[in-house]
Amino acid sequence: MRILLASVLLSAGLLYAQPSGSTQIQILPVQGNIYMITGAGGNITLQTGKEGVLLVDSGLAATQPQVLAEIRRLTNAPILYLINTHVHPDHVGGNEGFSGTRSTLAGDARNNARIEGDQALKIIGHENVLNRMTTPVGKETPPPQYGLPVDEYATPFKDLRFNGEGIVIYHEPKAHTDGDSIVFFRGSDVISTGDIFTPGRYPFIDIERGGSVNGEIDALDHLLDLTIPGKTQEGGTYIIPGHGRICDEADLVEFRDMVVIIRDRIQIMIKKGMALDQIQAARPTLDYDTEYVDANSFIKAGQFVEAIYKSLSGGK
Amino acid sequence: MSTIDRTKIAPFVLPLLLALLSLPVRGQADFAGQWVPLFHEDLPERLPGPELGDYMGFPLNDAGRLRGDSYDPDRISVVPEYQCRPHGGDYSMRGLANMRVDPIVDPVSQRLIAWHTRMNFQEMERTIWLDGRPHPNEMATYTFSGFSTGAWDRNVLNIYTTHLKESYLRRNGLPRSDKAIFTEHWVRHGNYLTVVTNILDPAFLTESFVRSQTWELDPRQRMGRDICEYGAEVPKPRADYVPAHFPGTNPFLHEVADEYGLPFAVVRGGAETTYPEYRKIMPKPEHPLEFCRLYCACGQDGSNTCLREPGKR
Repeated sequence: MRILLASVLLSAGLLYAQPSGSTQIQILPVQGNIYMITGAGGNITLQTGKEGVLLVDSGLAATQPQVLAEIRRLTNAPILYLINTHVHPDHVGGNEGFSGTRSTLAGDARNNARIEGDQALKIIGHENVLNRMTTPVGKETPPPQYGLPVDEYATPFKDLRFNGEGIVIYHEPKAHTDGDSIVFFRGSDVISTGDIFTPGRYPFIDIERGGSVNGEIDALDHLLDLTIPGKTQEGGTYIIPGHGRICDEADLVEFRDMVVIIRDRIQIMIKKGMALDQIQAARPTLDYDTEYVDANSFIKAGQFVEAIYKSLSGGK
Repeated sequence: MSTIDRTKIAPFVLPLLLALLSLPVRGQADFAGQWVPLFHEDLPERLPGPELGDYMGFPLNDAGRLRGDSYDPDRISVVPEYQCRPHGGDYSMRGLANMRVDPIVDPVSQRLIAWHTRMNFQEMERTIWLDGRPHPNEMATYTFSGFSTGAWDRNVLNIYTTHLKESYLRRNGLPRSDKAIFTEHWVRHGNYLTVVTNILDPAFLTESFVRSQTWELDPRQRMGRDICEYGAEVPKPRADYVPAHFPGTNPFLHEVADEYGLPFAVVRGGAETTYPEYRKIMPKPEHPLEFCRLYCACGQDGSNTCLREPGKR
C-alpha cells in the first residue's frame, strides 16, 4: 500500500509539480521572522520564534528529508503548524513526512519528542484542499492516510497568533484552484501566495480543480490591496511566491497586469467568434512569452491561452 | 664605501609610505559631488519626452515591439502602483534627475568601498560596490536600481548591474525586463562625467543597446526631498481595468513617422535599422516633409530648448 501510495504521489508530482529552477535546497531570510525555502518543488515559507516553527507548504515528498535537514540547520524548535496553500503535490507532497509518520523523521529528536509528547503538528488548509486530497482519483488511487490538512477551514479567512505574530489565512476562491489560501504574516509584513503568483512564469490556472482566470485576477487584486510598498515603491511588504524569487508589490503589479491584458485580449477574440486554435495561432501572449516562458517552463503559452479560453467560455 | 644609517631615515620613510598609501590609485577618478545632466544628446526624448511609437535606434525583437504598441499611457493614471516609481537603474542615468555622488569609505582602512548615488527624482538611491563582494542569490529580491559592482580600468569605472526590476527602455512603453543586466562605463574629464550604458535584455532586445549621457559638476546644487504619494486620477470602469491597446488597434503609431517625415519602417526599430548599411535599403517616407516642423534645432543655442515653429528650417 505504501509503495502504491508513493508511486501515485510521485506520478502526480511529476504531472503537477512546477520546476523550481534549482534543485539545491536553500533557506533565504526574507523579513522579520520569515524565511523562504527554495529547491523543494514549490517555495516553502518558514516562520520561527520562541513557540516553534510554522511552515507554509511542504514541497515535494522526495525533498522533505533535505528540507527538514536544512530547517534543523536554522532552528531546533518543534514544527507545530503547516499551512497548505493548495492541493498540488509540489506544495503538499512533504506533508506526510512532516506529520511525523515517516522514517525520515526518525533521527529528528525534537520531532520525535513532539510526537511522543502532547502536541501534534496541525496542518491547515481550505476545506477544498482536504476534499480533493481525500477524494480518490479513479478506482486505483486511494487517498493518503497521513499528512492531511484536517485542521481545515471553510470561512473566507482564518487567523491565529503564533510566535507573537498575527497570521491571517485568506481563501481566494476559484483562482489557481478552488482551494487557494494566501498567508499574511502581519508582524513581519510578508505574504505567502502559493501558486496564485509565480513571477517569471505564467500562472497555472487549474480549471479541472476549480481555477478560473477571473478568480486569479481577483486574488492578485486582493494581494495588491494587502501589500504596502516602501520608499521608491519597493520593499515594504515582501511576497513569497509559489515559485521564483522573493518579490514585492512592484513585481506583483506587473504580473497582475500581464494576466489582465492577456485575459482582455482573449475575451475580445472570443467575442469575435474565434475558436481556441485560431486564438492560439494569433499568439495573444507574444509580447509576454519571452519573459514568462523558457525551455523549462511548466506552463507554455498555448496552455495558458487554453486555460483562459476555457475559463472565459465555460470550459467549451 | 658609504653606508646608510637606517635608524636615521626611518622617521622619514614611514610617513612617506603612509602618505603614498592614502593617495588614490593612479588614474582612479573622484566622482564625488553634485552633478547636473546635460541634454545636448537626445533632448526631445529626454525633456519633452519620447513620442508614442518612436522605437528608432532600438534593437527590438517582436515581443518588445508589440509591448510598446500595446502601451497606453493611461496606465500610469489608472494603476496607482506605477505613479511613484523611480526609473530603473539603467534609465536613471538617462532621465531628468540631478545626481549627487558620495563616497563610502571603510572607517578603519579609509579605502573607498563604494560610490553611492542619489537622484532628485523619487529619491532614488543606488550603491556601486567596489569591494569585490559577490552579487546576491538569484532568488533574492530585485530592485529598481539593481545590484551594482564596479572595477577600475585605469581611469574608467566599469560597472556591472543585475537584479533589476522590470522597467522601461524609453518612457513610451518600450519595456526592459527583469532578465536584463547592464554594464556602465564612467569616465571623468575635468568637470564633465560621461556615462555609457550597455543594456542586454534577452526578453526584448536582439543585441546590446548602447547609449551615452554627459553630466557637469555643479557645486552650487542642493538636492531636496522628492516625496511622492499616489492618488486615483481617473475613475476605473471596473476593478480589474488595465489600459492597453489591443494588438493592431493603437491609432498613434504612425504619428511620429508623419510628424518627422520618416519612413514608418524606420520608427519601428529593430537591429537592422541601427546600422549605417540600412540607409541603402531604407524605404522612402510615406509623407515626406519639406521643412522640419517639430523639435527642430534642439539644444543648438546652448539651452535645453527646441524650435517648435512650423516651417522653420
